[in-house]
Amino acid sequence: MVLPTNLKHVATAAELNELINSEANVMVCCGRMGPMCIPVYGIMEELEDEYKHVAFRDMMFDSPEAAVIRNLPECRSFMGLPFTVYFKDGKVAAATSSIQNRDQITTILDREFGKA
Amino acid sequence: MQTTHYDSIIIGAGPAGLTAGIYLSRAKAKVLILDSGVAGGQMILTHEIANYPGFESISGYELSNNMRKQAKNLGCDILSGISIQDIDFESTVKTLSLSNGNHYTADTIILATGGRSRSLGVAGEEKFKGKGISYCATCDGDFFTGKEIAVVGGGNSALEEAVSLTKYASKVTLIHQFDHFQGFEHAQEQVRENDKIDIRLSSTIVSFNGDEHLESVTVEDHVSNKRYDLPLNGVFIFIGYEANTDFLNGRCIHLNERHEIVVDSQMQTNVAGVFAAGDAVAKRHRQITLAVADGTLAALNAMEYLNNKKR
Repeated sequence: MVLPTNLKHVATAAELNELINSEANVMVCCGRMGPMCIPVYGIMEELEDEYKHVAFRDMMFDSPEAAVIRNLPECRSFMGLPFTVYFKDGKVAAATSSIQNRDQITTILDREFGKA
Repeated sequence: MQTTHYDSIIIGAGPAGLTAGIYLSRAKAKVLILDSGVAGGQMILTHEIANYPGFESISGYELSNNMRKQAKNLGCDILSGISIQDIDFESTVKTLSLSNGNHYTADTIILATGGRSRSLGVAGEEKFKGKGISYCATCDGDFFTGKEIAVVGGGNSALEEAVSLTKYASKVTLIHQFDHFQGFEHAQEQVRENDKIDIRLSSTIVSFNGDEHLESVTVEDHVSNKRYDLPLNGVFIFIGYEANTDFLNGRCIHLNERHEIVVDSQMQTNVAGVFAAGDAVAKRHRQITLAVADGTLAALNAMEYLNNKKR
């Protein structure tokens, strides 16, 4: 199960583990095709060309495999979609809940992964 | 400092702005479309659109992508995620500076900046966004199953979503600043008939409280002038939309008391060469089809203005 976006998708927990162990900088947006999530996917699509040192992916929130994101300790207090998680060298560097604007996202990308 | 000149700069890449771009670029005008967010505007947030002629059903995401691709393929330059620093629309050649240092000039401007959901703007709102505060019942309702929540607002959206959220929440407190609701009578009836909904009129939230996540709100009762804490786990805010015209405040463009752009029947503002279209314009109804019509009219009149200028 994958989302109908223009981003590359993560479908399984195994895929996510392989990705964060092979890529130094990974941003995963775990959501649905709803009004809080879609703008974040759109911003990620636009940032892909700019932040070539970051792997941008989405993941379907309602997939059982997305438990790997939903159950992260960093997402424990989250009560709003999407859950967006930034992985640095295989570990969670930052996580946000609900819609974020471009400035909020690039602030985290610049801080955790370095400027484009 | 590099300045690029366009025949027309369109501010806003929602359906109105993209339509205007499509028309102008097909007429061989050099067009730049700017947007502070991503192309699509409010349309991209719509899960399913079933009243756009030609499509029985299409997602807002797909329709936005189609319009953006069409505008781009016809030659429009599109810049997303921009922030406007300064404007001068009164001169014959309009100038616009972005916060990234880029400068642009144009013979015509089309303002298609759309609208956004209102926020309450009280203490704690940003901190607890996604940790108890939500603006979308269908997105986040299931996080509050068996919990006590509040809905803020008195229009149709607030009333309908309050009823909808009783599917999940154990109790919904409906908080509204006025002593009556603005929503349709049938929506008010559904609220009053629902045992899970507690109504607090003439009341406003003055702060959101908690540590890691939202734990309570402080409510001010405007009849007794007393404040009290209401323990809860979530708040859904539906207090309408406002026009994205902040950057026009105190400028030459005529806005009404709701900060919407005032135009004539040809989408012309009070400033020569500056047109407006879509949800930021003062009007009664806001629909994608109407935004598309506005964008068309604004583009045709901008083209006429450009042609007259060349004569």
